[in-house]
Amino acid sequence: MQGVAVTGMGIISSLGTTTEENLDALQKSKDGISIPEILHTSLKLPVAEIKWSNETLAQKLSLQTGHSCTRAALLGIHAVKEILEKSGFEKFPEDTGLISGTSVGGIDATESFFNEYSADSANRRFIRAQHPGFTTEKIADYFGLKKEVTTISTACSSAANAIMRGARLIESGQLQRVIVGGTDCLTRFTLNGFNSLKILSEEKNRAFDENRNGLNLGEASAFLLLEADQVCDKNKILGRISGYGNANDAFHQTASSENGEGAFLAIGKALKKAKLKSDEIDYINAHGTGTINNDLSESHALIRNFGNQVPFFSSTKGFTGHTLGAAGAVEAVFSLLSIKNQVIFQNLNFNQPILDTGLIPVIESQTAKIQTVLSNSFGFGGNCTSLIFSSNE
Amino acid sequence: MSDLYTELKKNIIEQLNLEDMEISDIDNDEPLFGDGLGLDSIDALELIVLLEKDYGIKLSDPEQGKEIFASVNTMAQFIQKNRTK
Amino acid sequence: MSRVYINAIASISPQQEDIFTSEKILEYHHNIIPAIDQNYKEYIKPMLLRRMSKAVKMGLLCSKRSLKEAGIDIPEAIFVGTGQGCMQDTEKFLEQIESQKEQLLSPTSFIQSTHNTVGGQMALDLKCTGYNMTYTQDAVSFESALKDAYDQFQNNEINSALVGGVEENAKISTGFQYYDHQLKAKEISNLELFESSSPGTITSESAAFFVLQDVKTDSTYAEVHDLKILNEVSEDQVSEEILQFLKKNGLESSQIDAVMVGRNGDSRFDHYYETVLNTLFQQTFQLHFKHLVGDNNAISSYAVWLCSQVLKFQKIPEFLKRNTAGDSEINNILIYNQYLGKNHGIILLQR
Repeated sequence: MQGVAVTGMGIISSLGTTTEENLDALQKSKDGISIPEILHTSLKLPVAEIKWSNETLAQKLSLQTGHSCTRAALLGIHAVKEILEKSGFEKFPEDTGLISGTSVGGIDATESFFNEYSADSANRRFIRAQHPGFTTEKIADYFGLKKEVTTISTACSSAANAIMRGARLIESGQLQRVIVGGTDCLTRFTLNGFNSLKILSEEKNRAFDENRNGLNLGEASAFLLLEADQVCDKNKILGRISGYGNANDAFHQTASSENGEGAFLAIGKALKKAKLKSDEIDYINAHGTGTINNDLSESHALIRNFGNQVPFFSSTKGFTGHTLGAAGAVEAVFSLLSIKNQVIFQNLNFNQPILDTGLIPVIESQTAKIQTVLSNSFGFGGNCTSLIFSSNE
Repeated sequence: MSDLYTELKKNIIEQLNLEDMEISDIDNDEPLFGDGLGLDSIDALELIVLLEKDYGIKLSDPEQGKEIFASVNTMAQFIQKNRTK
Repeated sequence: MSRVYINAIASISPQQEDIFTSEKILEYHHNIIPAIDQNYKEYIKPMLLRRMSKAVKMGLLCSKRSLKEAGIDIPEAIFVGTGQGCMQDTEKFLEQIESQKEQLLSPTSFIQSTHNTVGGQMALDLKCTGYNMTYTQDAVSFESALKDAYDQFQNNEINSALVGGVEENAKISTGFQYYDHQLKAKEISNLELFESSSPGTITSESAAFFVLQDVKTDSTYAEVHDLKILNEVSEDQVSEEILQFLKKNGLESSQIDAVMVGRNGDSRFDHYYETVLNTLFQQTFQLHFKHLVGDNNAISSYAVWLCSQVLKFQKIPEFLKRNTAGDSEINNILIYNQYLGKNHGIILLQR
């Protein structure tokens, strides 16, 4: 089985348009929460919006007018471009695969043009954008990736699953390198959807706090370049993917079971894959959305896996909001930055532990010896995924 | 049966997509959740929407729903007291 | 390395499930074809059924039928391929946002709209806490799901799996496919699909699910020997790709007993199939199937459903044949599909 090295990463989020900008914001405790300005909506709720319009994004990517890139595709191309620019490749090698995770893919186009398609032909090139795969293909087309390209759509665990799938393809020797991650943009569809579920907070989200009252939606794209040990430049290794696991909560369509069964199983699988004992995890980047349901459920899962020795943990969604299908990749980047910089990023807006569990996240960024990071992503449909990143030593 | 009870049952059937049910299938005192009609948490959210859409009542705290939605009776009583439509 | 056997199959489509034995094909005269209605109430409780869109109902019913045939209660993992997922609920919620101006929206359609609702509902219904994945990559949605399952068998991670593809029609959105020429401008009969030399095709809703295991049983249909996904291939390269794929599996093109292609009557792209057939498979049984069920992003699952039966019953019904070739045992079937010149899927099934 081939080892899986992470040799590149790219990200665009409300914190910044590069990895460096994101790191800077994390270190300066500067969140990306604001109110919607680019998204046309009457809902004035806190969101983590990227303050670049589609026109700006397209311009920076030198796309011609009349391109058919959805906002999610524009963000995705931007993030992958960062990887390419730092990779030393002029073009990605021909056999490079692409696996992207997204919850709603190109629905930003559908909701804009739904009522126009019958009368107006100008935007009909976006009819197929409703398929999540369409967005992924726009990214593939931009970089000339023609071989194994696919899309995973499992709600909030999509990008984490894409990373896991890519790692598997490298381990089995089927691919030598693969770009994995995800992308999701703010849409009226998701903003109204989560609002109808009454799980959006009217304030900045307070993960793991007793008085938490919901999440903030965000948008982002993040990708990693995974390479097999035998082909990669050892100097470029940012970390390794040493463990992963996916399990299903099988409890409810959207809510998590109180004892966090799916999460508990996913974490267990990841530890087993990584051949690590629970006390060998240095830091957990939690899913921690700030909803009453998730944070309690996840806390129980952590206690079930780690007993009374729950490692340092935090949710970084206080910074980026919940970026849905991209979250797993955004937090993969943050996990790797954690390892690279030997730092734990704080859990913002925390005041009081959940009475039921007493768990306290890291509330001020601190340096620490970080060799292994567990990153959780849990989605609707009971889909629970945990990834373990390790330093290269 | 008073108009409100009939109308409420009709609204419940429509909002919750209880396709095969008739108004006569729902008892006034039958528990709506758990044993009884067997509604779940998604239905609870739908009933909150129903209260506001059909009767102009906005629940400030969704947790209030637990008591209000116990049965058609409790719902009707709450609506009679608080309706603005 | 494990072998991967298809030990149970089930499908819902515009054709009857006994089409293989009855050889009776249903004819339709519109370009958007619904799947045949089923008695869903027999398998799914009304309180759950009331929320389910067609895709969820079809997927769940197929999964129950196939698990019953395989004699398994709970598979170790669930893999679903769907291009557009739950489009009916997506459409409902979009329309609501518009008509109610973002106020007082009913959450049910939003909850039901996520692409992995089918997989999620299966997990709930079957109480399956195992690996659960949904792929949404256009015409290779099903192949992506199948490949993930196949790889996990090879890695001895699982001994059983439920794998399938599903696609539903939606009132308005499916109709959009007329505007961008995915669908033929003129309504045709499905039986005339291959005679109509015009752009576009016809579409349907369908589901096909399979129980895979690493052991042969009495109900084994076929073995999934290998598969490959390619996002983009030029027409003059695709035959070479297929040849290399066969070579990797120790086969020459002459050893393929039947090749099933996804011809869909689209004059712009069917030449991919013509090229492959003329270059590699002139002496082979050439089969096609989209005149039965049209095209959709998960339709290759229906092709696998058909070919599984060809291998098990050692019979090729007349309605699948595009040509005649010598009568002999059928040991190797190659399935090749693409859509709009992209998302090429190649599957090798063996007896």
